[in-house]
Amino acid sequence: MMTEKPTCIGVLAIQGDSDAHAAAFAGLGIATKPVKTASELAQVTSLVLPGGESTAMLRLLRRDGLDIALRDFVHTRPVLATCAGCILLAREVCNPHQESFAALDISIERNAYGRQNDSAILPVETTLPGGPMEAVFIRAPRILKTGAKVETLATRDGYPVLVREGKILAATFHPELSDDRRVHEAFLEMLRES
Amino acid sequence: MSEMNGNHTSTGLRLKIGLAEMLKGGVIMDVMNVEQARIAEEAGAVAVMALERVPAMIRAEGGVARMASPKLIKEIMAAVTIPVMAKARIGHFAEAQVLQHLGVDFIDESEVLTPADEAHHIDKHAFTTPFVCGARNLGEALRRIAEGAAMIRTKGEAGTGDVVHAVQHMRQITKELRQLTVAREEELYHLAKEHGAPYELVRMVAKTGKLPVPNFSAGGIATPADAALMMQLGAETVFVGSGIFMKERATPLDVENDAKEREEAVSRARAIVIATTHFNDAKIVAEASEQVTGTMKGLAAAAIEERDQLQTRGW
Repeated sequence: MMTEKPTCIGVLAIQGDSDAHAAAFAGLGIATKPVKTASELAQVTSLVLPGGESTAMLRLLRRDGLDIALRDFVHTRPVLATCAGCILLAREVCNPHQESFAALDISIERNAYGRQNDSAILPVETTLPGGPMEAVFIRAPRILKTGAKVETLATRDGYPVLVREGKILAATFHPELSDDRRVHEAFLEMLRES
Repeated sequence: MSEMNGNHTSTGLRLKIGLAEMLKGGVIMDVMNVEQARIAEEAGAVAVMALERVPAMIRAEGGVARMASPKLIKEIMAAVTIPVMAKARIGHFAEAQVLQHLGVDFIDESEVLTPADEAHHIDKHAFTTPFVCGARNLGEALRRIAEGAAMIRTKGEAGTGDVVHAVQHMRQITKELRQLTVAREEELYHLAKEHGAPYELVRMVAKTGKLPVPNFSAGGIATPADAALMMQLGAETVFVGSGIFMKERATPLDVENDAKEREEAVSRARAIVIATTHFNDAKIVAEASEQVTGTMKGLAAAAIEERDQLQTRGW
C-alpha cells in the first residue's frame, strides 16, 4: 500500500456549528483542523460538514474554487455530514429544490418537520451497538428516498436519519450536540477501515 | 440554574441554544419586505429579522416602535427557507406570544423597539421559541440568560452605522469574563453582587470563561471590515440592521423598483457575509470590501444625546 500523509480530519468552518464537531472529536482525543478555503481543504484527508444553513454554505462555497475542490473531495474521501451537511451531499434536494454535490444517493426534504417550534430531541432506533440513541433535530430535513447502496443505521418514524454509503456517514440530526459519541466513533472506525 | 450545566441542561433550552449554534459564523440581516428577505437569503444570510422599520428609520422618524405586523412576518416566513426572527418590545410578553404563535424561529426582545415594561423583561423560560437579548456588559448578559435567553448580542447603538458601542460592549463582556476566570472562589459571591447576576451563573462562567449561550454582536455594524472587527473581538455571528438596505439616514434603497439600488444592496449583503466567515483573512476582507458599492451614510454615535440612545433601554 502507498504511504500517505498522516490522516487529518478537517471541519468545514465557513458557517455553522463546526466548533461543536471539533469539541466532539477533541473529547475522543482527536485533533481536527478548520477548513475555510480550497488550500486548507488540500491539507486534510477527511472532512466533517457541520450543521448550519445550507443556503448560506452554498453561497460561501462559491468563492475561490472551494465548491469545485469540495465536490471532488466528497466523491473520493471520507466525509461525516450532519443536517445542513447532509443536504449538501444529497443527490436530490427539495422544499425547495437547490443544488447539491450528489455524492450520497438520497433524496432529502429541507425543513421537513416545520420551523424551530417543531424542533425536538428524541430517542431513535439505531443498528449501532448500544441501543436507542438521543437525536437532536433542529429545523431538520427528512430523507425521503435512499438508493440501493445506502445503508440505514437509524430511523425516526420509519424515515432514515443516519445513513452510510461508501465513505460517507450522514445524519439529519446533530450528534455533535449530544454526549453520545457513537456517530463520531463510527466515523473514526470508517477512517481506520479505509 | 443547575439545569444549564452541561448534560443537565433542560431539553427546551438545549433546542433553543442548538438553533443559535447553527447560526454561528453567519450574518443575520434586518429586512422590511419580501424582496429584501430574498436578497438576504441569496446573499448567504443565515437568518433574517422581519421589521416594519429598521433602527435608522425608527431613530429618524420617532414615534412608538412596536412588533411588526403579523401579515408582514408571515409574508417573509413564506418567502425564505432560512430562519425568520422578529422583535418584541422589552417586557411585552403578549407580543412575544403572538410571535411564538406565528412560528417565528427566534424572538429578539429588543431595545430598538419602545420598551413596554420599565421593570421586567419577558420570562423567556415560559416560551418554546428561543429568545435573543441585547447586553452591554456581563451582568446584563447573565440576567437575560437567567430569564431564559438562548443567545446574547451586544446592544451597540442600533441604526447609526457607527460600530463604536458594539466594540465597547463586546470588549466589556469579554473583559469581565476574563476577570471572572481568575477570581478566587470566595470572591465570586461578591462579584455576583457587583454584576447583579445569579451566583450560580457567575460560578459557571468563572469555570468556563465563556457565556453558556452563543455571544453575537449587533448595533452599528455597517461594513465588511466592521463585521471582521466584531468577529475578531469574539463575536460568533453578526447582526446587520440598517447597514445593508439603507441609502440615506432614513431612506431605504429601492430594491423593488430600481435595479441599480437592488444591486447595491446585494453587493453589501454578499460582502458582509464573506467578511464574517473570513474575518481573520485581511486579503479576503479587502476583496469583499472592494465589491461594495455605496455605504450607509450613518450617524456618529458620539453625537447622540444619552436620552436618545437605544442601548440604555433595559437593564
